[in-house]
Amino acid sequence: MKELWKINNPHNDDKVIDACSIFGAMDVSGKAFSGTGVIKAISNMHDRSNGLGGGFAVYGLYPDYAEHYAFHIMYLNEAARHETERFLKDNFYIVHDEIVPTKPTTGIINPPLFWRYFIDIGKHKPTEMADDDYLVDKVMTINATIEDVFVFSSGKNMGVFKGVGYPEQIAEFFRLDEYEGYLWTAHGRFPTNTPGWWGGAHPFSILDWTVVHNGEISSYGTNRRCLEEFGYKCTMQTDTEVVAYALDLLVRKHNLPMELVAKVLAPPFWNDINRLPPGKKELMLALRQVYGGLLLNGPFTFIIAHEGEMIGLTDRIRLRPLTVGEKGTMLYLSSEESAIRLISPELDNVWTPMGGEPVIGRLGKPLPSHKEPAGALR
Amino acid sequence: MKTLVPPQFRVVRDPERCIQCQVCVNQCSFNAQYFDAEDKVVRTREENCVGCHRCAALCPTRALTITRNPMDYKANLNWKSGDIEDIWRQAESGGMLLTGMGNDKGYRIYWDHLLLNASQVTNPSIDPLREPMELTTYIGRKPDRVHVSADGVKLETTLAPQVKLEIPVMFAAMSYGAVSLNVHESLARAATEMGTLWNTGEGGLHETLYKYGQNTIVQVASGRFGVHSKYLHAGRVVEIKIGQGAKPGIGGHLPGEKVSADVALTRMIPRGSDALSPAPQHDIYSIEDLTQLIYALKEATNYTKPISVKIAAVHNSAAIASGMVRAGADIIVLDGLRGATGAAPKVIRDNVGIPIELALASVDSRLRQEGIRNQASLVISGGIRNSGDVAKAIALGADAVYIGTAALVALGCHVCQQCHTGKCAWGICTTDLGLTRRINPDIGAQRLSNLLRGWGLEIKDMLGGMGVNALESLRGNRLHLRGVGLSDTELEILGVRMAGS
Repeated sequence: MKELWKINNPHNDDKVIDACSIFGAMDVSGKAFSGTGVIKAISNMHDRSNGLGGGFAVYGLYPDYAEHYAFHIMYLNEAARHETERFLKDNFYIVHDEIVPTKPTTGIINPPLFWRYFIDIGKHKPTEMADDDYLVDKVMTINATIEDVFVFSSGKNMGVFKGVGYPEQIAEFFRLDEYEGYLWTAHGRFPTNTPGWWGGAHPFSILDWTVVHNGEISSYGTNRRCLEEFGYKCTMQTDTEVVAYALDLLVRKHNLPMELVAKVLAPPFWNDINRLPPGKKELMLALRQVYGGLLLNGPFTFIIAHEGEMIGLTDRIRLRPLTVGEKGTMLYLSSEESAIRLISPELDNVWTPMGGEPVIGRLGKPLPSHKEPAGALR
Repeated sequence: MKTLVPPQFRVVRDPERCIQCQVCVNQCSFNAQYFDAEDKVVRTREENCVGCHRCAALCPTRALTITRNPMDYKANLNWKSGDIEDIWRQAESGGMLLTGMGNDKGYRIYWDHLLLNASQVTNPSIDPLREPMELTTYIGRKPDRVHVSADGVKLETTLAPQVKLEIPVMFAAMSYGAVSLNVHESLARAATEMGTLWNTGEGGLHETLYKYGQNTIVQVASGRFGVHSKYLHAGRVVEIKIGQGAKPGIGGHLPGEKVSADVALTRMIPRGSDALSPAPQHDIYSIEDLTQLIYALKEATNYTKPISVKIAAVHNSAAIASGMVRAGADIIVLDGLRGATGAAPKVIRDNVGIPIELALASVDSRLRQEGIRNQASLVISGGIRNSGDVAKAIALGADAVYIGTAALVALGCHVCQQCHTGKCAWGICTTDLGLTRRINPDIGAQRLSNLLRGWGLEIKDMLGGMGVNALESLRGNRLHLRGVGLSDTELEILGVRMAGS
């Protein structure tokens, strides 16, 4: 879709402003579970969204095609589909494709067409280029140059489902109660300066990374200019996009572990850094000195997910809520405790993390409460 | 030759209040007040009055009022009084007109056309009285990325020297000789107390001030006055001065009358001799020569100190700054059109250079376009009047600012533009030992610290209002600025949108 920002942000404001409900559930044992509970939980926070956006990310979604990139693509018309499919055939090997099953749902008006493709990069890629870089480049090309099409999910063994409506309506529309995954994130959106647009809903995704986000980044201007220096083009003017690119830079390109990435995005205060033991102090000091332009300032809570990992993070002074719950091998992250209690009334542990303190769930690893979080300051 | 230039000021003495105590006579260093021994009465030579208010401020009965001389010329929008009188002055002297302080012309002050943002509803403002609010800034070269060990706990990148500022406001270069030792001591002590830096200027560092070295920027200028190994090692930062906003492209001249015994010792020149700073650094005729001096200073200080390079803001600052960063400068200083001086030819001060706001915006943008903004910190000076100007400078892209005139005003300067005369009645820009005693370093340091403390509180309030709690989230954040009354071209150069859009 040409000039995405115009669709996403027709008033040409600096950025899209919105607030939201977010929810995440992960079974760290890797056991897949149905979306029914997650849908129930996010719909319990109905009043935190306004019907202009809802979405879900599911991991472990396509075990039969686990080795192939799964594209979820929305089309405004058939012509766009034909053109895009020609592009896909020219640049990839399509293993399987099908329409994404949906059902008519009250409140869901005039949805685009949804198709999914399982693809192999095959021999199309220049040998010196990494698979992921090739894929990102092609996704960006489709989104920027072909009209009336938007690739909104492109990772392996995962998928994003999103659109305009309340999250429970989106779930019904995409029949998400019929899917299973070991990690689910969900989002209900309350935008204030933009009409709903199907691609503008959360989760925001690139490769298998997804971000759901409640908040507004007051440091957006600084973060954006910093990322532009590293070659990222912030086209959608959403602060969530900035978060996704920051993650790509820090994790994929600069090889920082998630514990340290959290300390870049929500760094400890200088005074707290000064009180750290030697070694750790120099590390935190250097991270903040070098990556000051990526400090995300202003109110936010994120749930970031990729294969095998779910991370909850708030801003340094926790201006937006995040509650953590644990039950057995299940880890829950939510804007409100009530949503967790609704589907898992008897929790083993429940707490509110400190501002800037990441809560990380990893496949096959103990839950966060069972260990001192790495990189923790307190 | 009798001068045609009328007195600039009128000194009005209220006879009801005046007690003939002669405080005004003793305080006026310009001989505008005198005691008529014959009539036993205090009188005024108005032609000597510079409007510095020293007499009025110290008059115990507040008997004195200084007003502009209301002498009017035939109205003429082309030939204003200053233009006419400057011609008379030159017709009578045959020389260049000298002046002090910064450009006083009506060039647009862009700070006054930029407005800051604040949070409402969709994100909360942060209350600095209740939440931490961070102004700490580290200046110095930053690498492109950080490397850590495989286990993610050990830092494997060695950073170039970083200097911590508790507040992003430093005291600008003002040399010993131009200003007095008491002024230097006031600046040094205030910088130390407030966790920031002061700058020696080009006249060396007096022996008694070496103890403040950790908060000192030692300057190396074209005259190389007082530059030696111990001096370089004493400072926290070494600054190469290429140019000055008040007089881009020309050198300096400290008249021999100001070179007292102590100044001579510190500058390493004979007492009473003129201290002439050449217009260029004679070992820098090209950018590669700058590299050599930068690395000579890095070698001399064993790579323990950032090297700063200061230039006047001129037409092609962006390209020059880019070259300076590539030449190895760790800090770039831009001194704008309104930057001040102890003495400069008036025609230079009033007509050469560009406004600092535009230079800052274009240099910051250029360095980002080239992906080298992280390699040097960007410091600006020349015309910062209040903490609002500081916040706007940070939002345009500066890491920190220098204040010179504002610091002197805190000490008592009344901006009368007589710095070049060496007769400063407030005891600031002079080395006359009778006058320099008028600055008490205990009080001076306190006044300067108070100013920075006040600005710090104000900057925290503005940051909190914008919904951020760390200064780095305002740095280069031009979305928090809007322009008013500016043309499209001006907005484009500033990288700022029109208010309301």
